[in-house]
Amino acid sequence: MKFLVCISNVPDTTTKIAFTPDNKEFNKAGVQFVINPWDEYALTRAIELKEAQGAGTVTVLNVGEADTEPNIRKALAIGADDAIRVNAHPKDAFFVAKQIAAIAKDGGYDVILMGKESIDYNGFQVHGMVGELLGIPTVAPAMKLDMSGNTATLEREIEGGKEIVEVNAPFVASCQQPMCEPRIPNMRGIMTARTKPLKVVEPTADAARTEVETFALPPAKQGVKLIPAENAGELIRLLRNEAKVI
Amino acid sequence: MSVLVVVECDGGEVKKSSLEVASYGSQVAQMLGTTATAIAVGEATEANLALLGEQGISKVLYDAEPRLKDFVNGAYTKLIAAAAQKEEAKIIVLANSNIGAAVGSRLSIRLEASIATNVVELPKTDGGKFVVKRGAFSGKAFADVELAGDRKIIAVKKNSIEALHEAGKTAPVESFSAQLTDADFADAPKEVIMQDQAGGVLLPEADLVVSGGRGMKGPENWNLIEDLAKALGAATACSKPVSDVDWRPHHEHVGQTGITVSPNLYIACGISGAIQHLAGVNSSKVIVVINKDPEAPFFKAADYGIVGDVFDVLPKLIAAVKELN
Repeated sequence: MKFLVCISNVPDTTTKIAFTPDNKEFNKAGVQFVINPWDEYALTRAIELKEAQGAGTVTVLNVGEADTEPNIRKALAIGADDAIRVNAHPKDAFFVAKQIAAIAKDGGYDVILMGKESIDYNGFQVHGMVGELLGIPTVAPAMKLDMSGNTATLEREIEGGKEIVEVNAPFVASCQQPMCEPRIPNMRGIMTARTKPLKVVEPTADAARTEVETFALPPAKQGVKLIPAENAGELIRLLRNEAKVI
Repeated sequence: MSVLVVVECDGGEVKKSSLEVASYGSQVAQMLGTTATAIAVGEATEANLALLGEQGISKVLYDAEPRLKDFVNGAYTKLIAAAAQKEEAKIIVLANSNIGAAVGSRLSIRLEASIATNVVELPKTDGGKFVVKRGAFSGKAFADVELAGDRKIIAVKKNSIEALHEAGKTAPVESFSAQLTDADFADAPKEVIMQDQAGGVLLPEADLVVSGGRGMKGPENWNLIEDLAKALGAATACSKPVSDVDWRPHHEHVGQTGITVSPNLYIACGISGAIQHLAGVNSSKVIVVINKDPEAPFFKAADYGIVGDVFDVLPKLIAAVKELN
């Protein structure tokens, strides 16, 4: 089977968020970028399924500028076979989905996996857009994915529970834990990743449908009101009479 | 033209997050000088749907097809798209839920609409633009986003909009059919498994949340978390390390890579407050932190705090709530 795994390049989860002086863009200065943590589930699960099938390929796809290549190489080191980078700034979810759909259509992939959402934009949209553009089912967010022949069995999280869903390839799934234990690259993987193919293609002519006008940080908290431990019951009184939340 | 709101129902009731969505939609309709129609999905009763009038809804569409009781992406998308066509909806408002995101993203392509998820405020329409404020960077920032084009889809984050309640107002409920066929139910679930929730409160919908971290020392001590949650009518949650070692199930994990909650009250017990955990909770209205380490970073994000041992403090809190009740 041919797996296509879409990864995005995001600030490390411990990053303190700051913006450029005009508040239009995230300030990348001094920030470590990583593979989006949700996408790591998609990548590892694709590799596991390929290994279980004993045949097939895992292709990694990123829509990003040249500075994302270290993380694409990392994905190759983890075990993907080859990679494609669409050479463009990921303007919005629609733009990215159009790029993914164009590559997927060309490549004839059976299974398209990605993380639930990126931890920077938090859109949770690309999966559904790609599915709709290709006219194939989407399962999102998926907590479990097993394949038997052409048929996939997935657990889909719903508010307060889960659904067991069966779909036939081709399909799109957006992944989250506890799907698998994300792998980290080993030395052999890092060595072989250097020579694995990484193809750079130019984007389609699609325009974005949304534009960020400004970013802002949440208002700072006013400071914590401490209640002595020996008088803990006072907290409950404050929550009712002062904060009025219970 | 009109505003279409998608209301999710469960066990006959309209979900609280959907009451907020309906209120958001009717206020947008008012801004634009039009009316808001609701399309209901899930298991609903006509009486409860009519009460959406209290949230300013003018009319409710409902398809009683029994297979729509459970979430089916293909069928829900077609149903809502058909309702949007019928109502000539320019704006579609839905909940920022797993259902809302799955359907909204597909609809945005089918209806050639721009879309924003995780929206926390009513739109700004100055100067002919349509701008919404949405959460980004896992709750660590907000972005004002301009939505282009003729049609727009907005997914509203739970607990960011006050639900309207105009007592006694009702809306007519009309039956509506999108002529769904078997093919639209191809991705219907084989099985739906609902979780056992302590005290019956679902975490994503909860107004009050009691959460435990590694400071609880082991799963055998979770009765303290559960007892406080029960006394308050709250849902229970946990930090990532706790679900990683299987003290608690994954669906209780709150944080950057777990679920994001925005309740009125979040009580963190024995959680230090790693930046990834804060990302999942920092849009809570009031945060209470109980930790024996006065240097725990969570205190900086808290409104109320108790520096003390959870095993000493929690029984006192449980007793105080019981006394108050």
